[in-house]
Amino acid sequence: MHEPALHRSARPTLAVKALSKRFSMGEQTVEALRDVNLTIGKGEFVCLIGASGCGKSTLLRIIAGFETASAGSVEMYGLPIAAPGPERGMVFQDFALFPWLTVKENIAFGPRQRGLPQSKLDEVSARYTDMVGLTKFANYYPSQLSGGMKQRVAIARVLANDCEVLLMDEPFGALDALTREKLQQELLEIWERTKVTVIFVTHSVEEAVVLSDRVVVMTAGPGRIEHDARIHLPRPREVSAIDFNQVRRDITQRLTSHVGVKAIPAAA
Amino acid sequence: MERAVNEPVKAGGSLLPRLQRWLTPLIVPLILLAAWDICVRVTGTRLIPLPRDVAIMLYDFTFGGIYDDAFSKTIHIHFWKSVQRVYGGFFAAAAVGIPLGLLIGRIKLVRELIDPTLQILRPVPVTAWLPLSMIFFGLGPNAAIFLVFLGAFFPIVLNTTFGVRSVDHRLFEAASMLGCNGSSLFRQVVLPAATPSIFNGLRLGHGFAWILIVVGEMTGVPEGLGAVIMDGRTLSRTDLVISGMIVIGLAGFLSDRVIVAINNRLLAWSPQHHA
Repeated sequence: MHEPALHRSARPTLAVKALSKRFSMGEQTVEALRDVNLTIGKGEFVCLIGASGCGKSTLLRIIAGFETASAGSVEMYGLPIAAPGPERGMVFQDFALFPWLTVKENIAFGPRQRGLPQSKLDEVSARYTDMVGLTKFANYYPSQLSGGMKQRVAIARVLANDCEVLLMDEPFGALDALTREKLQQELLEIWERTKVTVIFVTHSVEEAVVLSDRVVVMTAGPGRIEHDARIHLPRPREVSAIDFNQVRRDITQRLTSHVGVKAIPAAA
Repeated sequence: MERAVNEPVKAGGSLLPRLQRWLTPLIVPLILLAAWDICVRVTGTRLIPLPRDVAIMLYDFTFGGIYDDAFSKTIHIHFWKSVQRVYGGFFAAAAVGIPLGLLIGRIKLVRELIDPTLQILRPVPVTAWLPLSMIFFGLGPNAAIFLVFLGAFFPIVLNTTFGVRSVDHRLFEAASMLGCNGSSLFRQVVLPAATPSIFNGLRLGHGFAWILIVVGEMTGVPEGLGAVIMDGRTLSRTDLVISGMIVIGLAGFLSDRVIVAINNRLLAWSPQHHA
């Protein structure tokens, strides 16, 4: 915060440095993450992928500030992260909307905490309700919405709060295939429009390759980064294209190599 | 754009289903009335009056002009006294129970300090407090109000605590990343999230309040629906006893509907909490 604004653009948005995380479960200690290093630039779309237990969600939660690291640090613009903050907005798999607030009130929740006047709140919530295509449903409660609509509200809620890094923890995991594909496209449009940085946790290789600039493959026991691949495919990406399949196969191989399982092409 | 699930459905509809909705709940009471009537006639008992006699008693209780005794045209006096005591005790229980439940739910020290005591006091039947409450408050309405208070207090405080304790942890995370902390977290997340449970407690407590008013008024108060039942018993006026029971049943039912209506209005966001 005391850094001159000039230097900001020269720094990476987010830097994870020698991060380790241990949980104690009774007598046992589980090493969820060991010596994780990751640097993410402004506006990048990064997918974290790996089998369950590889620590990808833990890493995301530490970046969000919901959990603290056992060693190492996470820095944003060179400043260490200690607690949750509006500049890092989490989108949960189970939405975590406030059920007693309408769509527009959920979206205005963050700005309201900053004490903006009602007219300004209405303006902000209208803008982001429109961005996710829910203007018609602005006065609905979450219980009246489908899963896809709820997740749109969750995305709009953090964007409305001027978040710079969108943290997404298997956000489309609870949705059906069609809705999932549609939301992936919408997310890409929003990302291109707002140039927000996205860190997206998934266990689907296809989803990772469709979405991201960069796929970070993590492995379990203890959780660490196995591979960091740039995806150079032009957008929009066609999942049935040959080059797409090639990339998908590569990443699937990385994902499964350490457990000695033969990669099954195109099965991800 | 996919369709929203759970679109609000307008109540009402065509005449026939609406008529059906009104008539269905009446079937069981009518059967019970008929059974009562038949049983009394068949056994020839003189201890229990016919439904018709109770209806006459209720009429006299309400409008007078038939028996013209001490109970004719006095329903409003007894009803009003009981309502005052029920709501006096109930509101006192809510006024103490809700804040205490919130504190127990939120603050560990308060929980450790108070919860064990509550758990020991809770299984004691409220009626067992009757002798003590008469010593504390003397013969009169205050003992009754105290019983109502006790009966309503436990469900309210326990449900409030439960509501606060069971707020989805994700909501706290969501709130904190959106910049909501400290006392505004309590106001904007804990309180609304606990509202359905608080209302459950209020509704349960309110039911107990109507049960306990009868017990409370059975001792040494001249007026009130419980007193009427007690007098009916002493005078062997079973028609009066049953009349008192019917009035209490209806009063409890109607005042429960009021709570449900408030509940449904405040909790429009949560269809599964609609009663």
